[in-house]
Amino acid sequence: MSVAALGRVAVAPAAEHGASLWSDAWRRLGRNRAAVTAGVFLAVMAALTVAAPWLPGLADPTLQDLRLGAVPPSPQHWFGTDELGRDLLSRVVYGGRISMLVGLVGTLVSLVIGVTWGAVAGYAGGRVDDFMMRVVDILYALPYIFLVILLLVLFSKTLIMLFVALGLVQWLTMARIVRGQVLSLKTQTFVEAARALGAPDAAIVFRHIVPNTLGPVIVYTTLTVPAVILQEAFLSFLGLGVQPPAASWGTLVSNGSQVIALFPWLVIFPGIALSLTLLCFNFLGDGLRDALDPQDRRDVA
Amino acid sequence: MTTFILRRVLLFVPTLWAIATLTFFMVRLAPGGPFLAERDIPAAARAQLAHTYGLDQPLTAQYTRFLANAVRLDFGPSYKFPARQVREIIAEAFPVSLELGVWALLLALLVGVPIGVIAAVRQNTAADTAAMGLALAGVSIPNYVLGPTLVLGLSLSLFLFPPALWQGPESRVLPVLTLATTYVAYIARLTRAGMLEVLRQDFVRTARAKGLAERAVVMKHALKLGVLPVVSYLGPASAGVIMGSLVVEKIFAVPGLGRHLVNAAFNRDYTLVTGIVLFYAGFLMTFNLLVDIAYTRLDPRIELS
Repeated sequence: MSVAALGRVAVAPAAEHGASLWSDAWRRLGRNRAAVTAGVFLAVMAALTVAAPWLPGLADPTLQDLRLGAVPPSPQHWFGTDELGRDLLSRVVYGGRISMLVGLVGTLVSLVIGVTWGAVAGYAGGRVDDFMMRVVDILYALPYIFLVILLLVLFSKTLIMLFVALGLVQWLTMARIVRGQVLSLKTQTFVEAARALGAPDAAIVFRHIVPNTLGPVIVYTTLTVPAVILQEAFLSFLGLGVQPPAASWGTLVSNGSQVIALFPWLVIFPGIALSLTLLCFNFLGDGLRDALDPQDRRDVA
Repeated sequence: MTTFILRRVLLFVPTLWAIATLTFFMVRLAPGGPFLAERDIPAAARAQLAHTYGLDQPLTAQYTRFLANAVRLDFGPSYKFPARQVREIIAEAFPVSLELGVWALLLALLVGVPIGVIAAVRQNTAADTAAMGLALAGVSIPNYVLGPTLVLGLSLSLFLFPPALWQGPESRVLPVLTLATTYVAYIARLTRAGMLEVLRQDFVRTARAKGLAERAVVMKHALKLGVLPVVSYLGPASAGVIMGSLVVEKIFAVPGLGRHLVNAAFNRDYTLVTGIVLFYAGFLMTFNLLVDIAYTRLDPRIELS
């Protein structure tokens, strides 16, 4: 979905109600201190990881210093170093780059599949809807992650495959949410109006209906990112995810856990980075849900 | 009720068939084979191996034979350990994984539900905030971080529990704890949300109005409906526990099915991977059916169609 479409939705209701859902939601989110803190933390974390190659004083994450070996945190190496003398702070920051990237791209893949699937099923209704939702039900019941493992082991353990595999696991709930929204939206008059004007079905679904499902979609997207990061770390922990020399937080935790008795900081720092990020995404997602879901308003009041 | 169960059981067949087909062709399509060792083996030996495992037959013949055997839960011998049948490996390792999973889910229910109820009853108090903060932290700390941390703290520093292996009751503590924490947290959150929803309803007000003690209102009337979200979560939770067991069994060197799956995946042990995936798929579907039946028993408003 384009930024322009987002803007249109944000502006349109404002003309009718005075305070739009979005400005109202924004205000409510602003009052939620936990969500704001989480948002700020994530923004800083994202900025840090994006800017990593140009950060002054941040060592090369692959630079080895075998004579140094693993040393605990010190003024030179804030997070200590690993067995090969690589600076852990730098490895955590660069690991965050990969974890965040996988999280975002995997979510994007699931977003595209889930929204399309849900919107088409909800709009088409009838047998098509029955069939498409039955597929979702069946997939829900599967130990889906096993197929992902199979996919990664059998074909290639490249980053692209990881994006696709993780996106493929996550779209089911999104499809259900969007379908539910579409079911109620498609009977509304603006859809009828669009149809009366002769808009083709595809245009009605993707230009008129889908933008109106944005609220729940945003909330669920915020909750999908940490889920994907979690899955990536899970696969990397098993050795099936990101391959060396690249390292995500999952890889770092995995490597560190093998030497935890000797060099505990190798698990602690990447573990904290991973857990804090997940926690912040969850706080932000909860905050967004409270802000955007009108049903929940009585709880907040 | 019977027709509902029958229908669901009938749905098993196409689903399992779909998974079986998918795994079969994914495995056959993949580059590299199970006998691709570092050292090249003579062509004659390779042909003999392929013949033994029926890999020299046409794909369709292999496929029908695979399906026919799979129905009888016979997945043939492991490619990596030819002396052992896949069926034997599953029969040996699954009880371990099952024990681990059952303990973890039990712990999650026995701790998560009470926490959620207390948080809901005391909504917006310090107890509620603390419980939900902890729950959010529990959801956010993945088991592969928690496991090593617990090992470091409780076994390598305090020497309370053995850091690995599956021998004796003490050795169960850390793996079960590691596996359960996420679900304790999630179930607490679900219970709280479910209870808040129910406590607002009219029948609860009626129960209070007729002078029932608050305890009875909560425990007897509200809880029955309030835990329904938890019951329906048990299906996904069990899938999650199986997934988590891959990690936990690796961290703690537990000789369960999860470890076999990961190793088999690395060894390209096709028969073993396919066998385990299909076995778990069938297991999960059965479990989900049981959960659905339990759900309808608990909520009389639901009509089975």
